[in-house]
Amino acid sequence: MPPGQTQQIPSRPRHARWVRISHWIIATGVVTLAVTGFVILMAHPRLYWGAAGNDLMPALLELPISRNHHHGGWERSIPFSTAAGSAVSAVRTYDILNENSWGRSLHFLAAWFLVVTGIVYVAAGICSGHIRRHLLPRAGEFTPRLLWQDLVGHLRLDNPLATGGRPSTGAAPYGLIQKSTYLGVVFLALPMMIITGMAMSPAITAAFPFLAGMFGGSQSARTVHFFVFAVLVLFVLVHVLMVILSGFKRQIRAMTLGN
Amino acid sequence: MKTEKIVASRRTLITGLASAGGLLLAGCSKELPPTYGNILRMGDLLTYQSQRLLLPSNSLAKEYARRDISSIPAIGNTNPADSHQQTYNAARGATYEHLRAGGFADWRLSIEGRVARPGTYSLTDLQRFPSRTQITKHTCEEGWSAIAEWTGVQLRRVLEAAGMLPSARFVNFYAFDDTADGIDMHDALHPQTILAYGMNGRELPVPHGAPVRLRVETQLGYKSVKFLQRIVVTNEFDDLGKLGPLQNGWSWYVGI
Repeated sequence: MPPGQTQQIPSRPRHARWVRISHWIIATGVVTLAVTGFVILMAHPRLYWGAAGNDLMPALLELPISRNHHHGGWERSIPFSTAAGSAVSAVRTYDILNENSWGRSLHFLAAWFLVVTGIVYVAAGICSGHIRRHLLPRAGEFTPRLLWQDLVGHLRLDNPLATGGRPSTGAAPYGLIQKSTYLGVVFLALPMMIITGMAMSPAITAAFPFLAGMFGGSQSARTVHFFVFAVLVLFVLVHVLMVILSGFKRQIRAMTLGN
Repeated sequence: MKTEKIVASRRTLITGLASAGGLLLAGCSKELPPTYGNILRMGDLLTYQSQRLLLPSNSLAKEYARRDISSIPAIGNTNPADSHQQTYNAARGATYEHLRAGGFADWRLSIEGRVARPGTYSLTDLQRFPSRTQITKHTCEEGWSAIAEWTGVQLRRVLEAAGMLPSARFVNFYAFDDTADGIDMHDALHPQTILAYGMNGRELPVPHGAPVRLRVETQLGYKSVKFLQRIVVTNEFDDLGKLGPLQNGWSWYVGI
């Protein structure tokens, strides 16, 4: 492309107002959920598989993220029966770090904002054609060659705007990997967080037992909740990195003021 | 084991919908937990009202097989007579020590408030009611859970025996330590809400709330008040002051 023609890229559409508003509500919600979720995890940084799991049972994974990790002092374990392998009980003798009083309530408050805004976003996205036009890969776009090109471009940290947009996408400003990632976050990761979150609720699982059952129990759902959280943190870090690399000021202005 | 047939009659459904609608309209009356203008408590209230509105009423929490019973930590106050415990109360602690020495033979559970026949119940009185045994999961707000078998009397039977008045909306539980908590009538009348005197086929051990504790299977563990001393039925919401969860920064409703 000859110099000067980069000015032609204004075919790049502006972010619609509802996209900008929902983006920032959801972004605030995700960050709040991540921070409070970490606070909640610090109270019991052990993960399990199955219905039940606690300090007197083996963990699938222990995370060294708070002093509770050492799961401190316990009085002597007392078995409930004389049978071999009987369940035991023991009295905890140490004060754990526990900020769940505000942590949990803030987590669920943020979840309300995320769920309500998410539903509005998906509904508006479908009705307006935003998801179909900007996020769904086009016919013929999903080929190994184009995927490879896009991947190489990302690894070279090519600025898509400096190179005149990705060849395959025409007017659509998003690359193939970018589209797939956004779709994965909107339609897989965030719904998975909501489902695994509800699978930990005693009232919701009483009404809908399959929510916990399909993960093999509430503790399994909690473990999946943690790993999807890790994936989302990775997404946010890469997303912010890409925003910085492609012009932080301009991108932030586009997502707030819309120009 | 006694199995309970749950009949979600049309009448309960209509009553439920009507009261849920009432809750939404109630605003700042004393029929709801207060928010104190605190946004976190507003979120808790939204969760409470949404669950009451959207979840079918009287769904039973999953009950497990005996082989699923797991080890279970004892946390929070594990002995009201121990002055080193955070929620120790000297007077009630001394009473508890005395009652425990006597094998809880002199223990009485007082039922007061909006009931036609306030009175006290001994352990034997409670055991004379039909019993219910359930193997359920205890979910702690900290993040862990444990499965145990609980035996006791359905709270609903005791409230009916005491002549609960139709205007009653909340049931509040006072313990032998410095704690108290309450539930609404929806959870109080739930078939799995029991006053448990047995655990895993034995008497309820002291660290788990002897002689009698509450079991609320549709909420988090801290609602299942241990070391019961007194039950007070009320028409209006009571935050229970410094004894209750709200003034200590905790959510009152924890079905989530």
